[in-house]
Amino acid sequence: MSEQTMLKVERLTKTYRTAGGPLTVLHEVSFVLPAGSSVAVVGPSGSGKTTLLGLCAGLDRPSSGSVTLANEPIGALDEDARALVRNRHVGFVFQNFQLIPTLTALENVLVPVELRGEAGREAEARELLARVGLGERCDHYPVQLSGGEQQRTALARAFINRPKILFCDEPTGNLDGDTAAAMVELIFGLNRERGTTLVLVTHDLELARRCQRIIRLKTGAVVSDQTVAA
Amino acid sequence: MNFIFKMAWRDSRASRRRLALVSLSVVLGIAALVGIGSLGDNLRRTVEQQTKSLLGSDLTVTARKAFPAATLAYFRTVPGEFAREISLTSMVNFPTRGNQRRLVQVRALEGNFPFYGELVTEPADTMAKVRSGNFALLEETILVQFGVQVGDEVRIGQGTFTVAGSLKKIPGESAAVAMFSPRVYLSMASLEATGLLKRQGFMTQRAHFKLPAGTDPAALEKEMREKIKGERLQFATVEERKRDLGQNLKDVYSFLSLVGFIALFLGAVGVASAMHVYVRQKVATVAVLRCLGASARTSFAIYLVQGFFIGVLGAVVGAALGIGVQLLLPTVLKDFLPFQVELFVSWAAVAKGTLAGLVICVLFTLLPLLTVRRVSPLLAIRSAQGENTAPDPLRRWLYAGIAVAVTGFAILQAGRWQVGLGFALMMGLGFGTLAGMALLVTWAAKRFVPRRSLPYTWRQGLANLHRPNNRTVLLLLSLGLGTFLMLTLVLTRSTLLAKITGIGGGSRPNLMFFDIQDDQITRLAALAKANGTPLVAQAPIVTMKLTMLKGRPAEEVLKDPKSGIPGWTLRREYRSSYRGALSDTEKVTAGKFIGRVAPGEARVPVSVEEGLAKDLQIQLGDVLTFDVQGVPVTAYIASLRQVEWQRMQPNFFFVFPDGVLEAAPKTFLAAVHVGSPAESARLQQAVGRELPSISAIDLALILQTFDSIFSKVAFVITFMAAFTVVTGVIVLAGAVLTGRFQRIRETVLLRTLGATRRQLRQIQLVEYTVLGMLAALTGGALAVLGNALLARFLFKTPVVFSPLVLLGSVAAAVVVTVATGLLTNRGVTDHPPLEVLRQET
Ligand SMILES: Nc1ncnc2c1ncn2[C@@H]1O[C@H](COP(=O)(O)OP(=O)(O)O)[C@@H](O)[C@H]1O
Ligand SMILES: [Mg+2]
Repeated sequence: MSEQTMLKVERLTKTYRTAGGPLTVLHEVSFVLPAGSSVAVVGPSGSGKTTLLGLCAGLDRPSSGSVTLANEPIGALDEDARALVRNRHVGFVFQNFQLIPTLTALENVLVPVELRGEAGREAEARELLARVGLGERCDHYPVQLSGGEQQRTALARAFINRPKILFCDEPTGNLDGDTAAAMVELIFGLNRERGTTLVLVTHDLELARRCQRIIRLKTGAVVSDQTVAA
Repeated sequence: MNFIFKMAWRDSRASRRRLALVSLSVVLGIAALVGIGSLGDNLRRTVEQQTKSLLGSDLTVTARKAFPAATLAYFRTVPGEFAREISLTSMVNFPTRGNQRRLVQVRALEGNFPFYGELVTEPADTMAKVRSGNFALLEETILVQFGVQVGDEVRIGQGTFTVAGSLKKIPGESAAVAMFSPRVYLSMASLEATGLLKRQGFMTQRAHFKLPAGTDPAALEKEMREKIKGERLQFATVEERKRDLGQNLKDVYSFLSLVGFIALFLGAVGVASAMHVYVRQKVATVAVLRCLGASARTSFAIYLVQGFFIGVLGAVVGAALGIGVQLLLPTVLKDFLPFQVELFVSWAAVAKGTLAGLVICVLFTLLPLLTVRRVSPLLAIRSAQGENTAPDPLRRWLYAGIAVAVTGFAILQAGRWQVGLGFALMMGLGFGTLAGMALLVTWAAKRFVPRRSLPYTWRQGLANLHRPNNRTVLLLLSLGLGTFLMLTLVLTRSTLLAKITGIGGGSRPNLMFFDIQDDQITRLAALAKANGTPLVAQAPIVTMKLTMLKGRPAEEVLKDPKSGIPGWTLRREYRSSYRGALSDTEKVTAGKFIGRVAPGEARVPVSVEEGLAKDLQIQLGDVLTFDVQGVPVTAYIASLRQVEWQRMQPNFFFVFPDGVLEAAPKTFLAAVHVGSPAESARLQQAVGRELPSISAIDLALILQTFDSIFSKVAFVITFMAAFTVVTGVIVLAGAVLTGRFQRIRETVLLRTLGATRRQLRQIQLVEYTVLGMLAALTGGALAVLGNALLARFLFKTPVVFSPLVLLGSVAAAVVVTVATGLLTNRGVTDHPPLEVLRQET
């Protein structure tokens, strides 16, 4: 794997044991993602997008196949080692925001750096919050923020560690049109500024077209993998 | 590390209310433990002081003759106070009553005995009068029996004295002493004047000591035994008297340890259930932390830090509260207390309670906390339950740790490992039963609830029992264990109080007649019956001496310096009885009690009291020969008996079977229960008139000392049980209260979908009622079992089982559950859904 490869997925398969027998929700998915590129994963609901994202980010173990993230074969790592890889290289934005309800916006943003034991990054966090338009809301708790504001806080949190790769699972799924559009601008803007690799799960084709590449999933298998003409 | 503390602090800010709830259980559990421990130490001390009045001194030395001058001089050098008493047996003559005579114990006292307890006389200052001149203090029973008045003259030896008053009670006299000869007190000078001292070689002298605080009577006793060798002295200390108080004090201490154990586990149940719900709430946060790269250990540590600080805070506040309750409550209740309280804080008990509480609390916090380590980061991207069902090896270790801690604490608390182990096993059984019950209910709710025929709210309420994220296990365990522990306490309290009042009160015999001749017993029975106080016990007495012991003449054994058998056991006259069955104050500990033999049996099977058997060094099957007023009777030991001597009933060292001693010269001993002094006086007068040779002794006064101790004990038992039950109720309420967070989203969702408040209430009512009833019934059944086991093995008394108390308590547990459930849900149903959702997330 070259220096330039950020994410490499090989014959990734995920099978769940269910009451009605084994259920394969992801079937031999393979792709390679160069550093700095952006890819959209699209497909109908239930096609396995979230499952794929979870496996790529090391949140779950595959049934077979492998994932190499930033030159680390994460299948071989234990859960805590994977947590370390996530902390060092990965940023997340979730459909349902997932801020920690008991922390203020600023504290939420600071969690990843504090987990590393780094101090004195508060100014940077405030800057990031200002960058997403929440400079005045640093000390507010999640319940005091609207959905869009919560999602922008989550984005600031995702970028505080200067991640090499950002995973977004339907980041605009819970937002209204205008708010969603603003969010998309922020994601792509920050991505460009910081040279982050972007994996974006969405079923919004409009949004998908802004990525350099689109992978289509259907019932757990890749049905097409195309590069978007710039 | 820094992050862990920072995160723990920040995260706690928003959950303070819930954390406070967790703390509340810790606070109450530890408060109860500390309060109970300290109050228990208080009780021990009070009883200690009370038992001193059973003897009247710290150490009493008795000799069968006058103390030599050197010994007396030595006694006077002992630090503390000293008093001397001389007593001898003589006749008292009542000139005002046609010169009737009665055998009495004439005594004279020098010094301030009794040092503990009170010498009760009527009028109160009689003793001072006696010391000052020619006055006599007579046992109340003789005044009654002979109709003698204060101011009458009595003659003793060569002296004549004026009756100054009646003696009602003197500390340190066992019933046996008072029973056979009533007491008459004179001054030392008056006793000289009777001339009896010179005439009689046979007298008893007592030296009573009050020792400075901190002196060990047993050590002094040892010193004296060495210093005054050769004289045959008997020593009595409070320790021995306390041993005579017997099993009862042990029972009370066992009960206290049980209460402490229960209080702590009520607290632990509260902590575990509150923590369980708290942790479930935090699962989402943990998943996000894991996504952001926190290790399992870090996220676990965050909540462990929270749990630990809750524990420490709870322990400190709890200890303070415990001390406060112990100091305040009795002060508030002072006027209602049956006794004077001088309370002190037992810091040892405080430290022990706090530490034990903290350890148990941390362990029970760890239990739900372990799940934090297993939270999958995947939960952040999908709300499904994690499928991480692989057994956690740490959990097994933790269970083992809890088992060890519980058992260790139980043993520490009970003082005896068998009892502690029993407590711990019973807890385990309770836990297992309730957990099994929970599984059964979940399964049954899924399997058997009809889908059609019930109204929606019923179906929903019942379905709540089995649906994912249900609280069946949690509530059944916490409510069930809570009810179980509390009820055990309530039931055991009744059992123990019944046992104590069985000894200390009720209808036990309290007026005894003795020296009853063969031909008088039927007449006495008739008189007693006519008085409305029929004989409740009677026993024939045959006096005999031991002549041969295991084939050796008693004389020979006596002279043998190596035998180690106390001389009195061989020299004394045994007052033995015969009967066909055991009385209810005795129990065979070895062999078999034989109640009847054919006349002419060569060897008579007898039953001997355990303690005497030890003194005589005899075992089952050993052969003894008695001299029954001239006739030799050969007997073998057929059984050993344990006798509860403190019960005021005719008890004997040797009991013969029916069929042997009937023809021997014998007297009878009989007892009645009188309800009032008037009843007692009436019967004594009637008997005095018709059967003047019969003597009587009123035991009511002697029993009073026991009564006063046991009423204190009864009070403390009730008080502690009540305090612990209050703790239990709060823990029950707390468990229900914490449980509500689990269903809050769903309730709000139903509300959003248009459910009326009434419908929501009905759904909850069904769920809470089913859970509350099952928990209370299972807990109740466990408590009945626990009480039975305690009664059988710890208190060794018949089980007192009051269905009414049980039913009432079970009903109360259900009401508390349902009421708390409905009350706490008002917050949810009364507010707009959005507001609730925003606050409760
Ligand atoms: N724990 C699970 N057990 C069984 N099936 C699951 C589990 N998690 C997800 N699935 C199934 O996997 C499929 C893909 O889910 P997901 O990746 O969430 O789809 P998408 O994000 O594309 O909507 C779905 O059909 C879902 O039902
Ligand atoms: Mg999805």
